[in-house]
Amino acid sequence: MDLVDKVEQKYMDRKISEFRSGDTVRVNVKIREGDKSRIQVFEGVVIAIKRNGLSSTFTVRKVSVGYGVERIFPLYSPTIQTIEVVKRGRVRRAKLYYLRERRGKAARIKERRR
Amino acid sequence: MVEGLLGRKVGMTQIFNEAGKAIPVTVIQAGPCVVVQKKTVEKEGYSSVQLGLVEKRKGRFTKPAEGHFKKAGVPPTRHLTEFAFTESEEEQVNVGDQILVQNVFQPNDFVDVSGFTVGRGFQGVIKRHGFHGGKATHGSMFHRAPGSIGASAYPSRVMKGTKMPGRMGNKRRKIRNLEVVEIDGENNLLVVKGAVPGSRGSYVTISRALKGTSEKTESDE
Repeated sequence: MDLVDKVEQKYMDRKISEFRSGDTVRVNVKIREGDKSRIQVFEGVVIAIKRNGLSSTFTVRKVSVGYGVERIFPLYSPTIQTIEVVKRGRVRRAKLYYLRERRGKAARIKERRR
Repeated sequence: MVEGLLGRKVGMTQIFNEAGKAIPVTVIQAGPCVVVQKKTVEKEGYSSVQLGLVEKRKGRFTKPAEGHFKKAGVPPTRHLTEFAFTESEEEQVNVGDQILVQNVFQPNDFVDVSGFTVGRGFQGVIKRHGFHGGKATHGSMFHRAPGSIGASAYPSRVMKGTKMPGRMGNKRRKIRNLEVVEIDGENNLLVVKGAVPGSRGSYVTISRALKGTSEKTESDE
């Protein structure tokens, strides 16, 4: 095993709910303001997951008051409390960057049934 | 305590600190090292220990080198480095002793790491010295050339130290005051904040930080 993995392992030992590109997720992020901390929610579509061990990230896109907003979260960051899957989406590619050019009805994603 | 170790750069990654911030770190396989020779004030005029890096890979050794290791009673090592060490009542080191990371450094210590930088071969003046270069288009005939390297009649020669194309990298460089983030004694791993000279697998020398560090550098924010 790679020795870098051995260092990373310790930090990756936490439960992360499973989700895919196209899923709608609600990310609960812990935010510290001075000595108080609160939870901020960011809900949107996962448009990309970059897998790179401990440095893995995922991108969530939502349209907020007419403007597209994207946020990149480190997958294993301890500031992420939970990731709730709101809706599962059926998509045909791993990276959904094409959603950036689409608005409204064209930006819909079909639901995935099990 | 011995003030340093030999090791190999394993690679870089990022880890999360208590505040949840991702910090860039370099993983170094530090040691185990073995004491090959002890130098004393009486004999050599100064006191230090000579450490060898214990590795699986066997080297080829000259007869004199073999004799040196035989005298110490340790298997030959490919790399040797001396570190300052003054023997005292409480701290003693014998030839043949193993020196491990956890006995030398602790998390939050500061270290200096030196090694050979990545060799880039013969490079032009733009990559090597950060010259700006000329226009690519619009009829420009001056692209990546160094330009003037001095005046004519006086001094009628090129000044020493003029920045010109040449070999870049593969020089011994030291990065000072890197914070030790983590120590894994089981795998002989030392995790240090920030980058370290060299490519993955290259040899590095880790020593206790020579200069002091301001409070600011200690995980600010």
